Amino acid sequence: MTTERNRWLSVYALLVYAFLFAPIVVLIIFSFNSARRGLVWQGFTTKWYPQLFSNDELIDALVVTLEVAVVAVLVSTILGSLLGLGLARLRFRGRGATETLLLVPMITPEIVMGLALLLFFLQLFDAHGSLLQLWVAHITFCISYVAIVVRARAASMNPQLEEAARDLGASAWGAFRYVTLPIILPAVIAGALLAFSLSFDDYVVTTFNSGVGSSTLPLYIYGKIKFGVTPEINAISTIIVAATALAILAAWRLGAFRGEGRAVVDEDAPPA
Amino acid sequence: MALLLPGVGWLVLFFVVPLAFIFIVSLGSRDVLDRVSLASPSLDNYFKAFDPVFLPTFLNSIRYAAITTVLSLAIGYPIAYWISRYGGRHKVLLIILVMLPFWTSYLIRTYSWMILLRDNGVVNSILQAVGLTHEPIILMNTDVSVILGMTYGFLPFAILPLFVSIDRLDANLVAAGRDLYASGRQAFRHVTLPLTMPGIIAAALLTFIPALGDFVTPDLLGGPQTTTIAKNIQELFLAGRDWPYGAALGFVLMIVTLGGTLLALRTLRREVIGAD
Repeated sequence: MTTERNRWLSVYALLVYAFLFAPIVVLIIFSFNSARRGLVWQGFTTKWYPQLFSNDELIDALVVTLEVAVVAVLVSTILGSLLGLGLARLRFRGRGATETLLLVPMITPEIVMGLALLLFFLQLFDAHGSLLQLWVAHITFCISYVAIVVRARAASMNPQLEEAARDLGASAWGAFRYVTLPIILPAVIAGALLAFSLSFDDYVVTTFNSGVGSSTLPLYIYGKIKFGVTPEINAISTIIVAATALAILAAWRLGAFRGEGRAVVDEDAPPA
Repeated sequence: MALLLPGVGWLVLFFVVPLAFIFIVSLGSRDVLDRVSLASPSLDNYFKAFDPVFLPTFLNSIRYAAITTVLSLAIGYPIAYWISRYGGRHKVLLIILVMLPFWTSYLIRTYSWMILLRDNGVVNSILQAVGLTHEPIILMNTDVSVILGMTYGFLPFAILPLFVSIDRLDANLVAAGRDLYASGRQAFRHVTLPLTMPGIIAAALLTFIPALGDFVTPDLLGGPQTTTIAKNIQELFLAGRDWPYGAALGFVLMIVTLGGTLLALRTLRREVIGAD
């Protein structure tokens, strides 16, 4: 009776996983189909991939995307890490408010955040569509994610370690540099990887804040898929899926999801 | 304190202040050149937002989000239960596998449903190959494609909190229920379900909120005739020119989202404290 039910549940679980992965698998398969139109399989080809590199519009979009992502990752990682560290360490009035301030950008609909920044730049500076505007927008929606990942790691760290370093004559900076930083570094890198994949993928916020010269890869792709499915888009999409999946798996290895995964699953485990 | 200042300052300047700009602009009107005019601030745009002419857009968004939430809970609960009870030492990996699609580009995942659902797409090809239909069934640009896409997109959001609360549940409590002659169904109904209610509320919230404000899915899988709040806002800003009205819609969406979240968090906290 029980094993019977287990079996049905396991079959069901398999179906759900298939549902979650099927669209991505189909996309990858079709990026290797030599047919230009339609779904009929006309043989394996990799020709769509090299073609991407002769598409100037696409390469320009990729360059802008990377320009935006690199700056967004650097700044949001620094600001977010400091916030996460501060929230894990300090006890102060307004702590609850600070945590709410971190949470709200994560639950605000992207479209609202996008138009808020658009109005901000237009009404205040009468400016729109600069690279600077995209930097500000991307940094803003990345900070919270970095902060939460770093906070989880910093909270599990024994604060006496840094005190011990101070007792042994380390300066405040020295104790941070040689004790705290190495301990939280995996979380900082994991946060940076999350920020990268958020920035690299973003469509909604970017569409409100980009201008003529600052069209990113997701904007380019969106424009194309509105007019249908093409092998080139399948190929570039496959590359993006692979790149973001690798970033996320790396972030996972570094403990980015400890709060969601291990700590919850294994509550009795000794703190790392 | 120096740790917090830069980040807090950034978020106040580039998040809180811009939100205030939405509210300010929503009080204005557009002048003859379609610019924002704040000469005579009023709440007219909010009355307009709840005008019977525009109300269907709101209701449609709520309908999509509600159906998506119910489907995500129904699909997600058994799988969360399965991972928790039978996942063994692979639990973390199984959860990561659930979350992995979520972390890959939302845009591209939605696009891959276009490959599946269009008239000569994968689903129709399979249906025709097995002889279930001769004519392609129109799936794209329907309620079905929008709800399917949203459920696909937000299912991981539902599974994670469900898993957390099911995994926390003390299996001895269920066993005790069974010892006291509860049937499997009764034990689920009177023990498991109430004790995992915080997870269910969190899952419902985490699905409903992003579904309500979703733009990409209704735009790509719903076609031009599908109207939602987010699509409406986007059109008002990027195609049409009535920014104050668009800002009012955005502000309403923001209030509904935040209000709903805070309300649910409060319920959640009370449930958790009550359960303890």
